[in-house]
Amino acid sequence: MRDFARRYARNKGAVVGLLILLLVLAMALGAPLIFPDSPWDMVAAPFMPPGEMDMLLGSDSLGRDVAAGIAHGARISLMVGAVSTVVALAVGVSLGAVAGYLGGLADDLVMRFTEFFQTIPSFVLAILLVAIFTPTIGSVVFAIAVVSWPPVARVVRAEFLSLRSREFVQAAEVLGKSRISIVLGDILPNALSPIIVLSSLMVANAILLESALSFLGLGDPNLMTWGFLIGSGRSVIRLAWWMSVFPGVAIFLTVLALNLVGEGLSDAMNPRLARKRGAAA
Amino acid sequence: MSLLRVENLTVALPAGGDRDHAVTDISLHVDAGEILCIVGESGSGKSITANAVMGLLPPGLPLRAGRIFLGDTEITAQTPEQLRALRGSRMAMIFQEPMTALNPLMRVGDQIAEALAVHGEAARAKDRVPELLAAVNLPDPASLARAYPFRLSGGQRQRVMIAMALALEPALLIADEPTTALDVTTQMQILRLIREIQSRRGMGVMFITHDFGVVAEIADRVAVMQLGRIVEQGPAAEILNRPQHTYTQALIAAVPHGIPAARPEVGGATVLESRGVTKTYSRGGWFAPRVEVRAVHDADFVLRQGETLGLVGESGSGKSTLARCVVNLVKPEAGEMLFHGSDLRPLSREAWKPYRKRIQMVFQDPFASLNPRRKVGEIIAEGPITHGTPRAEALDRARDLLRLVQLDAGAMDRFPHEFSGGQRQRIGIARALAMEPELLIADEPVSALDVSVQAQVLELLAEIRRRLGLTMLFITHDLRVAAQICDRIAVMQRGAIVEMGETAQVFGAPAHAYTRQLLDSIPGRGWTPPDIT
Repeated sequence: MRDFARRYARNKGAVVGLLILLLVLAMALGAPLIFPDSPWDMVAAPFMPPGEMDMLLGSDSLGRDVAAGIAHGARISLMVGAVSTVVALAVGVSLGAVAGYLGGLADDLVMRFTEFFQTIPSFVLAILLVAIFTPTIGSVVFAIAVVSWPPVARVVRAEFLSLRSREFVQAAEVLGKSRISIVLGDILPNALSPIIVLSSLMVANAILLESALSFLGLGDPNLMTWGFLIGSGRSVIRLAWWMSVFPGVAIFLTVLALNLVGEGLSDAMNPRLARKRGAAA
Repeated sequence: MSLLRVENLTVALPAGGDRDHAVTDISLHVDAGEILCIVGESGSGKSITANAVMGLLPPGLPLRAGRIFLGDTEITAQTPEQLRALRGSRMAMIFQEPMTALNPLMRVGDQIAEALAVHGEAARAKDRVPELLAAVNLPDPASLARAYPFRLSGGQRQRVMIAMALALEPALLIADEPTTALDVTTQMQILRLIREIQSRRGMGVMFITHDFGVVAEIADRVAVMQLGRIVEQGPAAEILNRPQHTYTQALIAAVPHGIPAARPEVGGATVLESRGVTKTYSRGGWFAPRVEVRAVHDADFVLRQGETLGLVGESGSGKSTLARCVVNLVKPEAGEMLFHGSDLRPLSREAWKPYRKRIQMVFQDPFASLNPRRKVGEIIAEGPITHGTPRAEALDRARDLLRLVQLDAGAMDRFPHEFSGGQRQRIGIARALAMEPELLIADEPVSALDVSVQAQVLELLAEIRRRLGLTMLFITHDLRVAAQICDRIAVMQRGAIVEMGETAQVFGAPAHAYTRQLLDSIPGRGWTPPDIT
């Protein structure tokens, strides 16, 4: 474990990413303490630039605190990112495992099903799903999960295909282990590194998707989110830039941090690859 | 004046390696018209020596001391440009893996022409390419030059590599394990080819190998390396028959002698009988024409209580597929696999489970056959636990088994990557034995191991077999190993068993032409390792 941390720390960008991510997480958890009032409360005059009337990042067109909105929005963004990724992983890993381990007809069926989802533009599908199920936090998470599992299924299938023919898996078969315990005990642990790396990027992607949906007004109307903040500030951006810029920076930093963390994890899990990349640079 | 002189060469290893230097204070020379064999086990620094001579040391391994001369040219003092001009024209190299050494998207002839072109001889390519292909005894050079590498067999590709290396008539040829990836019959052809070309052109050859049989076949002089040092150097006959250094003696003593021992008649009950087992692989369908490969057919054999049957053959002969049919890793489409009289073939996964305890398998690659994420104790105990043995009892038994395969009980809580190849293979054997099987299938259990480790593992298998009264199906491509360990031998060729009999009889009076060909291809057949005690 300490060895893993040392390898991770070798990638400086990944350490910065982790720090930013921890900061965002702290902000999300601390939001009710720092800004105890609802972010929807009108607490100041409208269109106050940053710094005036105790508004650190200014106020919006209805006099709501932008800083409070960002802090509370972090909770929703991270939560949506995490939950939808977990759901997408559950679906993608199970389908990919079935396809890769069983092969043959099962593989064909699962992969055709996966391709069906991949051929539909993911954002359009997400909009469609949210519009059909009415915008609530639940339907947003569901829509994001539905459009993000296919890549997971493909990666897991490829890993399973190559691991299935390895001798230690054959040895497990010869020992008479059941299919379930071979898949969970022998193959999955060895396929974990690409899944973990992929999932950090999926969280980033889910946050972007959720923001984009909220920007279009398809977010949960009762929840303050980063995308909603940008969307509501969009029409007055020439008058009050801070209303869209600060939430935009928040999204940018969080997604960047997650990408850096993903790259760091991938380096730490494939130390030989990372060293080669280091030598080439 | 020697063709190649290496004087006091020392190459550093990166910090944190298992030793400071990859090679330490090496001095050797190769004269024109002779073959110098460098022998050693993996990690002894023989390939590093070859790369240093070619000026191809990887960036992490700096030259610390010493000089290398090719004729009058000091290689160690050349600029990268000058080295490039030397490589190919005055010295050339052939590599171990012919399957990956050729560009798959380029015709064979063009690749050889390219070697000529980079040295400014493109104009001669048209005449030279067929000439070179003919020189390495390839049939129909003109049409072969237009073929892509995937159409060629491993042996043919290695010939093309040799043709490429010879393109500019280098004075020195370096061959880094050029036959290790090839079958024995192909290996013999390549060895003869190198010998013939070398004597025809008076080249100096530096031949790197781990196989003393190959040394006996080809070497004029021998240098033995251990842990980056040359421990002994001299004429081949001297080193092979009267080794002085203890390490050389140990290596030669570990070479399987290949002489079938007199064995008591085994007359036990029939344990396993294979009748008409057939496995066909087919590819294609829909748009491509169907291609069928008959991996196993006409492979009937009987295995009696307490005996070891050797299944020998070259790669692709179906011996591994047949072994996998026995343990149901491969489902044959026809035939009967009778274990104590009951047919195993039609059984379902569930119905097979009781037989898993009685039939176990040891795999070929010790680095791929152990789950890297599990501790050794768990790996060994996992089988019995699956079959209902309480966990604590299974772990206790695993500790006993580790002792049986001569490993420390401390190994229980360590991961496979902390062990060497030989130790891992012992763990693999312990895993199979944990089930207390009657029948052990060993699929090339020693072919990935160094010769001294190989001898230890073979000895362990023989001892376990004696102590536990196991019946064993032993698959190998190495006839020397087969002769040493097997009571009876079955020779496989293209999916069929072409000859089967007592080991002494198969080796002494082979009936089938293919068996004779195999036996003639054992490298160093004329050399019997001296009895060193």
